[in-house]
Amino acid sequence: MSRAQPEQQAPPVQRLRIRYAKRGRMRFTSHRDVSRAVERAVFRARIPMAYSSGFHPHPRISYAGASPTGAASESEYVELALAEVREASTVGDALDEALPEGLDVLAVVDSASSRAGSLSDLLTGSRWRIETRQSPEEGAAEAVEAFLATESVEVERMTKKGLRTFDCRAAVVTMAVDDGGTIELLLEHATPAVRPDDVLTGLREMTGWSPPTNALLTRLAQGVLDRSAETLGDPLAPR
Amino acid sequence: MGETVESVFARLEPHLLTVSKPIQYVGGELNSTVKEWDCGAAGEHGVTVRWALMYPDAYEVGLPNQGVQILYEVLNERDWIVAERTYAVWPDMEQVLRTEQIPQFTVDAHRPVAAFDLFGLSFSTELGYTNMLNALDLAGIPIHARERTEDHPIVLAGGHAAFNPEPIADFVDAAVLGDGEEVVLKISELVREWKQQGRPGGRAEVLRRLAASGAVYVPAFYDVTYAADGAIAGVVPNHPDAPERVRKHTLMDLDAWPYPANPLVPLAETVHERFSVEIFRGCTRGCRFCQAGMITRPVRERSIETIGDMVENGVRKSGFEEVGLLSLSSADHTEIGDVAKGLADRYEGSNVSLSLPSTRVDAFNITLANEFSRNGRRSGLTFAPEGGSERMRAVINKMVTEEDLIRTVATAYSHGWRQVKLYFMCGLPTETDEDVLQIAELAKRVIAKGREVSGRNDIRCTVSIGGFVPKPHTPFQWASQLDVETTDERLALLRDSVRADKKFGRAIGFRYHDGKPGIIEGLLSRGDRRVGAIIEQVWRDGGRFDGWSEHFSYDRWIASAEQALAGTGVDLEWFTTREREYDEILPWDHLDSGLDKDWLWSDWEDALAVADGSADIEVEDCRWTPCYDCGVCPEMQTEIQIGPTGKKLLPLSVV
Repeated sequence: MSRAQPEQQAPPVQRLRIRYAKRGRMRFTSHRDVSRAVERAVFRARIPMAYSSGFHPHPRISYAGASPTGAASESEYVELALAEVREASTVGDALDEALPEGLDVLAVVDSASSRAGSLSDLLTGSRWRIETRQSPEEGAAEAVEAFLATESVEVERMTKKGLRTFDCRAAVVTMAVDDGGTIELLLEHATPAVRPDDVLTGLREMTGWSPPTNALLTRLAQGVLDRSAETLGDPLAPR
Repeated sequence: MGETVESVFARLEPHLLTVSKPIQYVGGELNSTVKEWDCGAAGEHGVTVRWALMYPDAYEVGLPNQGVQILYEVLNERDWIVAERTYAVWPDMEQVLRTEQIPQFTVDAHRPVAAFDLFGLSFSTELGYTNMLNALDLAGIPIHARERTEDHPIVLAGGHAAFNPEPIADFVDAAVLGDGEEVVLKISELVREWKQQGRPGGRAEVLRRLAASGAVYVPAFYDVTYAADGAIAGVVPNHPDAPERVRKHTLMDLDAWPYPANPLVPLAETVHERFSVEIFRGCTRGCRFCQAGMITRPVRERSIETIGDMVENGVRKSGFEEVGLLSLSSADHTEIGDVAKGLADRYEGSNVSLSLPSTRVDAFNITLANEFSRNGRRSGLTFAPEGGSERMRAVINKMVTEEDLIRTVATAYSHGWRQVKLYFMCGLPTETDEDVLQIAELAKRVIAKGREVSGRNDIRCTVSIGGFVPKPHTPFQWASQLDVETTDERLALLRDSVRADKKFGRAIGFRYHDGKPGIIEGLLSRGDRRVGAIIEQVWRDGGRFDGWSEHFSYDRWIASAEQALAGTGVDLEWFTTREREYDEILPWDHLDSGLDKDWLWSDWEDALAVADGSADIEVEDCRWTPCYDCGVCPEMQTEIQIGPTGKKLLPLSVV
């Protein structure tokens, strides 16, 4: 008797795009932690997921633009492929209920009626808040000003492929700091990716100001970047 | 009233990104519980009893532990008990805690462990002892029980290793033998009463009450004396209320305790990403090396209907799509066929998958495995002949013939499996090089048979080998443990024999560990109170996470053993490779697992008689061949609880 071939799974009939937040202690989840939590939550919520074919079928869930471990976020995105059509808001409520507290569903739309393009094509920029939690901040404003006045700021970061050197300046669209030492940053999603902590590293290296390494990072928004208007469009806006 | 304790989270949080996998320290798992610190104040008794429960290994290993999850849930169901969990922190986090002076904390509400009334540790393995000392020290609790005051928690050990808690007798206030579900509630009630009365007599009195109840063993109430030859001369209670022997606890009617009912689902990745249901507890197969099979007698089954309910509840509440049916020998459940078919029917087409760990070498298991892989998944099949030669298997009373094994794997390969894993032990009593080399012969025959019945060449067989460690409360408790050098030589001989085979060598995978951790496990398993000084020395020298090869240091254990045992007249070999005599007082003789010592001894003698061919004795399973010889049922007033109930699992109604 030969080995049975795995069952072919039904193709998806609907794709739902979801915006969710990573709050409180959930900021310490890694991308893999979140993906496991979502897989279990769709099962608990009995969402009729489409599955991949193969010997180990997995629910068809895709992510784009995930924030790094340690960063909180008000704007993360995931797309669910369903085997049966459901009301977007019903799925959103059920999923929110099934996810751990701190992983909170904020909005759900049907991808057929929302903005065209894949999620990753629609996530081209992010607005970040960086709380240095040290105030008042001597020299912060001057440092930001000096950074913005520079064309290129090389930084190093240890990645899975080893130590990489790259420019962290070009991706910065706007940056401002208030009296409490809180920085607001509009970043373009570039390759290699420039993260808000890379910008902090750049600030530290090129200016005399030294923001702490445990600054609290929060992604406030993520979407379609218009670099000249310095705005982010909602990736879930109606088509 | 209105007692409070401050969470350490605010102090911890700024440092979490400096350690690896910070998610393991933040809690918030699905189905976890955070209660008011003084939740019992408003209740009938006006007091709260608080437990910190620890699995003394890393979070990724400790969180899935069923024992801790069950006790956590059973305790938290009471409105006057707070139970929280804590795990061993990795060295990077230890550094943060020491530098920032943050104490060992619970992951639930980040409360300091030292603030709880009771600190309960579950030891599946002795290799967690150094982690206990580290947790105590980080918690700010004196590591020696005698130095603790009324302000410190009562430190309790449980789990299989607690059947010989003598090596940690200086560090724990008490040890609990056997099933924990009922006894943790009994202990809680005793502590509640004592607190309600205003803690009369302080720490000594609450320990006296615990000991007098018979529920727990309090090592400080027993004096151990040693003879000139180094052996134990006597273990005598030094307190009028301490019983001569302390008995194990046995939970009867598992259907009445369907836990975990709210399984913990971590965010972090752990070693078991599945929901498990314990389908029965205990095993009476009588394998002589198996401590679990000896100390968990008698067999108590969950009924098919409870199993069905627990599986459905567990997958719905956890979101795990993989379910394991746990026990010491899962295919031995009286209704396993109906359980397998019923569950496979229920979840057909749903992506819920079932697995059956710990199965015997038996063609029937292929039928079960077929049910469990209806959805097309074919994970590997694992069988445990344990001994390579027929003689060796007779010595350990694992009655599997080579014919059984070949027939079983033939069925497996002809049903489409390509990979079979075989588990063996090295260092069993009376073993010779020849016995171990038989493992290779067996593996070759398995491959040959697989190629024959499947007509294919991509057949694989993985051979995993563990070193045998003699354990207390087993017929092999008197046996000599094989020394490190001979263990390693035999394994090398076996490896070379497999590799040298041109025809089959490449189809056979070979997994083993060297003999060093095994000897230390052996020291801790059969040690007495003198071994405590070694554990302390190893911990002081930086020893932690001894169950992890990258952290375990054999040299540190050897050096510490020499130092700590100097002047005692005994050494590492005395505890490990020395065979014991009938008259010797074993360190755990005053701890009653229900097994009759004379029965164990006669079973040991039978093993030796089988080994030299002077007898041909097989111990049968008392589930099917009634027998009370081991002594557990009469001694503990327990009995075997098995089916069949004759019931079937009905299809689940559509929600």
